[in-house]
Amino acid sequence: MEVAKVSNVTRVYKIGEIETQALRGVNLSIQSGEFTALVGPSGSGKTTLLQLFGLLDQPTSGNVYINGKDATAFNRNQRADLRKSSIGFVFQFFALIPTLTAYENVEMPLLLNGMNPVERKRRVNEMLEAVGLENRAQHRPDQLSGGQQQRAAVARALATNPKLILADEPTANLDTENGKQVMDIMQKLNQETGVTFIFATHDPRVFGYAKRIVTLQDGLITQDNQAHGK
Amino acid sequence: MNLAQTFKLAYRNIWRNKTRSWLSVLAVGIGMALLLLMVSVLEGEMRGALDNTIRLQSGHLQIRPAAYAENKISLKWDDLIDNPTEVAEKIKSIPQVAIATPRLIASAILSVKDQSKGVQILGIDPASAANQPFRQGMLAGNFITADDREGILIGNLLAEKLNLKTGDQVNLLAATSNGDMNQQIFTVRGVFTTRTPGYDENTIFMPLAKAQAFTVTENHASLIFIMLQNADQAEAVAQALKSNNLKVLTWREQNMFITQFEDYANAFFVVLYLIVLGITATVVTNTLVMAVFERTREIGILSAIGMKGSGIMAQFLTEAALLATGGVIAGLILGGALVAYYTINGIYIGDYGITGVLFEDRIYAHLTVQNTLNLAVVTYLVTLVASLYPARLAARLEPVEALHGLGE
Repeated sequence: MEVAKVSNVTRVYKIGEIETQALRGVNLSIQSGEFTALVGPSGSGKTTLLQLFGLLDQPTSGNVYINGKDATAFNRNQRADLRKSSIGFVFQFFALIPTLTAYENVEMPLLLNGMNPVERKRRVNEMLEAVGLENRAQHRPDQLSGGQQQRAAVARALATNPKLILADEPTANLDTENGKQVMDIMQKLNQETGVTFIFATHDPRVFGYAKRIVTLQDGLITQDNQAHGK
Repeated sequence: MNLAQTFKLAYRNIWRNKTRSWLSVLAVGIGMALLLLMVSVLEGEMRGALDNTIRLQSGHLQIRPAAYAENKISLKWDDLIDNPTEVAEKIKSIPQVAIATPRLIASAILSVKDQSKGVQILGIDPASAANQPFRQGMLAGNFITADDREGILIGNLLAEKLNLKTGDQVNLLAATSNGDMNQQIFTVRGVFTTRTPGYDENTIFMPLAKAQAFTVTENHASLIFIMLQNADQAEAVAQALKSNNLKVLTWREQNMFITQFEDYANAFFVVLYLIVLGITATVVTNTLVMAVFERTREIGILSAIGMKGSGIMAQFLTEAALLATGGVIAGLILGGALVAYYTINGIYIGDYGITGVLFEDRIYAHLTVQNTLNLAVVTYLVTLVASLYPARLAARLEPVEALHGLGE
């Protein structure tokens, strides 16, 4: 089953008079349960593609489909609703809300989804346990290590049970051990729950986890290989 | 996200930059405190002026002859009330009436040695309770008695100006009802103060009978001064007292100038409010705009996990509401302290007079619940309105722009 698809998308950034073509007509279909890495050098367009899949940005031309729905013409609120219900994000910088504890950060998307308190508590604890942070639940981000923060971000991304998780350079700011821990957790969740992952990365440590590696260069897909994963 | 969660997040955000939040709260608080002081001083000034003018000059009601014209002191019998003591006695029988007493007003020139000054003679019934403010204000000597044929009371400012004291003799020259001039030597029996410079410098008292004899007005008076049990009954009692040969004036009619002046002052104060609240609003806007710029990435994260623009806007508005609440509380405390001080001690303004209005030499602040509530609500709303721009700025950020710097 197709979870996400981009069809002939382009994305042009205009700064003053200068136009930069980040994507030049990309077609990519992501099936349910995939563990896909978007790889390529800086400026190849992988983050832009990830942002289009995440409905954080809109293509200059072409279409973006999420769960079979064409989201290209969605307004801001419709895109926010779709993100809330179907998409989780993990960013390069451990994007937690600094005033909230790990528990409250994981709880935030559930609050936005209007989940009842009892179910919410159960789900937050379940997710914190899944990423090994049950003992750090009441710590704020500045009291957590980088690896712990990124694991909390993974727990938050998965809290609403989304069909698609988008991770932008999730290991870029982590040391080898923490990077491995985060990737192991995401792989485990992918295998156990079937949730679809798309990574944008140029970290060779991550390539080995991917089942599919999509290579971008200068805004175009140059390779699309099935891999075996770890 | 429910209200409690929004509130919790807003509360924590406020405390992220304690100094800035405190300064914003203080700015709102000082603005409100100044406005509280301004409004209470105006209220106190107007209330004091009205109270003084009613107590000393207009009463709640005045009975005047039908021919009465404002700003005209006439001693012609046609312009006076005939048999005023009897008229006053009849009026006293009305239950709502507390005091009714005749008074005669005449212009005179008071001379002592080589100095002279124009004054207003007020012929009063010394026994009347209407004279209580003057009795209370006696600084020297004794109050005049009804049968005193040579005694007068003078205000302390007149005494100071002409260097007079109890027991001194003065010459009074006054026009009579038939157009002649009359003069006589009088003795200062006492010196009073009403703490109202306009009054204390220009008014002298003598017993009504002597004033009538001196001005050849016989059994006549200029007016019947009436105090009621309750000022609000003035219109109803005036209606009941209406007759063909007498005019009834309520305190409202007589003191229209004060209420008009208050309206004018209020309009002027609105401009001052706008200036003070405008400055306050700028501080709040600045604080929140800085917060938006500092938290752009967080706004992007919240947006990415599905918070809509309205939710982000609500977040910033809640923070503004918290700042406004703190500011209003600070304003009530600071303003309350300032107002309390000036309610007790007053502000000395000296001899500040407007014709027909009796201002005391001090203005005492007077804060009403209504004024406090109005200002608190206006301050709160202005703070919220000031936060609309930054809240909207945050809500309209595109997620990808807000997250800029997170990716490549």
